[in-house]
Amino acid sequence: MIPNKLRGWPLTFLLAALTGFSVAPFYWLLISTTRKDTEIFDWPPHLLPGGGLGDNLHRLDQKVGLLRVLGNSLLVAGIQTAGALVIALLAGYAFAKFRFRGRTLLFALLLSTLVVPEQVMLVPLFKMMTSFGLLDSYQAIILPGLCVPFAVFLMRQSLTSLPDELLDAARVDGAGELRVLWSVVVPVVRPVLAALSIFLFLGSWNQFVWPLIALRSPDMHTLPVALATLYGNQATTDYGAILSGTALSTLPMMVLFLVLQRQFISGLLAGATKG
Amino acid sequence: MTATAPPATPSAALTGKPAKEAVRAHRRARLRRTALPYLLLAPALITFGVFKAYPVVDSLLLSFSTGSGTATRAAGLANYRRLLDDPLFWTALRNTGEILVVQVPLMLGLALLMAVGINSVLVRWRAVWRLGVFMPAVTGLVATGVMFAFLLKRDDGAVNWLLDAAGLPTVDWLGEPFWARMSVVLVLTWHYTGYNAVIYLAGLQGIPRELYEAAMVDGAGPVRRFTAITVPALRPVLLFTVVLSTIGTLQLFDEPYVLTGGGPDNATLTVSMYLYQNGFRYFDFGYASAIAYALTLLVAVLGAVQMRLVGDKDR
Repeated sequence: MIPNKLRGWPLTFLLAALTGFSVAPFYWLLISTTRKDTEIFDWPPHLLPGGGLGDNLHRLDQKVGLLRVLGNSLLVAGIQTAGALVIALLAGYAFAKFRFRGRTLLFALLLSTLVVPEQVMLVPLFKMMTSFGLLDSYQAIILPGLCVPFAVFLMRQSLTSLPDELLDAARVDGAGELRVLWSVVVPVVRPVLAALSIFLFLGSWNQFVWPLIALRSPDMHTLPVALATLYGNQATTDYGAILSGTALSTLPMMVLFLVLQRQFISGLLAGATKG
Repeated sequence: MTATAPPATPSAALTGKPAKEAVRAHRRARLRRTALPYLLLAPALITFGVFKAYPVVDSLLLSFSTGSGTATRAAGLANYRRLLDDPLFWTALRNTGEILVVQVPLMLGLALLMAVGINSVLVRWRAVWRLGVFMPAVTGLVATGVMFAFLLKRDDGAVNWLLDAAGLPTVDWLGEPFWARMSVVLVLTWHYTGYNAVIYLAGLQGIPRELYEAAMVDGAGPVRRFTAITVPALRPVLLFTVVLSTIGTLQLFDEPYVLTGGGPDNATLTVSMYLYQNGFRYFDFGYASAIAYALTLLVAVLGAVQMRLVGDKDR
């Protein structure tokens, strides 16, 4: 029989190893970002940061136009997140709190696209954007991501438990529907909105295939697309620049995650228990 | 105002407005109430219709047409027939299947182990491990791909340094067909294990502690407690993650695109990449759409089979 005090250690060691496996690539990435191009693959590897960060970022900026690309990413992710939140809130409220003709059918239709692979829509979306003359524009990237069926589903779920009396009380007091929505519904679902906005932002910030297809000029590229083109251009591989770009694309989400991990995980769990 | 007309609504009686107008106001109010849910839904329905529902239908129609770019004509089942005889499509399918069969059990097994560990009261510094293992889940796919492309380099990649330092033979990770597929497995596992572990953690926290205490009183060891209590209680969550991971892996694109570009010798070409190549390199929209629908069919069938296999045992 193992003494009680020691029983947790094997599992603790296992978790430490798995955590090491999870975190080590980030450490390597951060160290490499601060090293000169020629030092990144040295043996033995460098374990401490060096002085090459400024240089790497400067070369990255020359290659992809850092501010422009970062700005594109922020703009797209920001608008998409805000738009998808509003659309999901309105639709979720309608599905949860009103009875109307076609409710079940519309909701089922919305959810049915969850099982359709994203790739099915690529060609038609490309054709559509071509005929609208919207290729290589912000609209082309933002519009298709505005209706997120999963977000509508989550909003509906969290609003069904909201008592009708609360809404009616506000209506009797003479509040219009928009006012009911803003001062009764929104405060109740604020935590869900917070978790959902993190998830939507994450998804939008990291999206790749569709922007890769819809964007042509380097000026319009989002960070992941710029990164992929930079990396794919093997003839002129500039490791320092590429790795600092990679770190840069990861950093905002890492910080956001570390600061908001509680909402992050609660959002994840809200999604997980839907089965 | 005629004396015979009764007030239509209390408000008409109170305000003394003409009854006809009151009726109209009442109707307007009722119309507004019926229209309201549709108004609330309008933004969702419009964006959904234009950017989701229409493309899904259009893609199906396209899959029955041929020609490049926008100059297309009807082709019946030609695209689907071509698909069946296309060795590259079967290669892509086999690659995807091989990655799926190795990766999903490996990842979900590790995730379950992780979740049990993080949930155990005996384990120290649980919050740290939870944070650490979940971190990869917020990393973008392209960033992950680029990072691992460098870590897995043959001559000066960090993974081979480590193998060498441990006295193990080094591996040409991205250059050998078999190892290239294993690299994709490795990267996917790194990326999503923590995510699934957190989902399992939620399931584990729903299991009452008394069950374990009762089992311990009856003399059940840790393994028996795991198989008799934990696994059955987690069945719905397990099913959820199995279906989700299967769908995700079938649609695999970003990681192999960045990591290997589908090579070496098409060893990591996935169905999605093949679709992308046909659609956006050769602009053969009809054929790309047929591949897309073959993928949809595969996702639907595999999902249904898994639901049936795992889900029905409860009933």
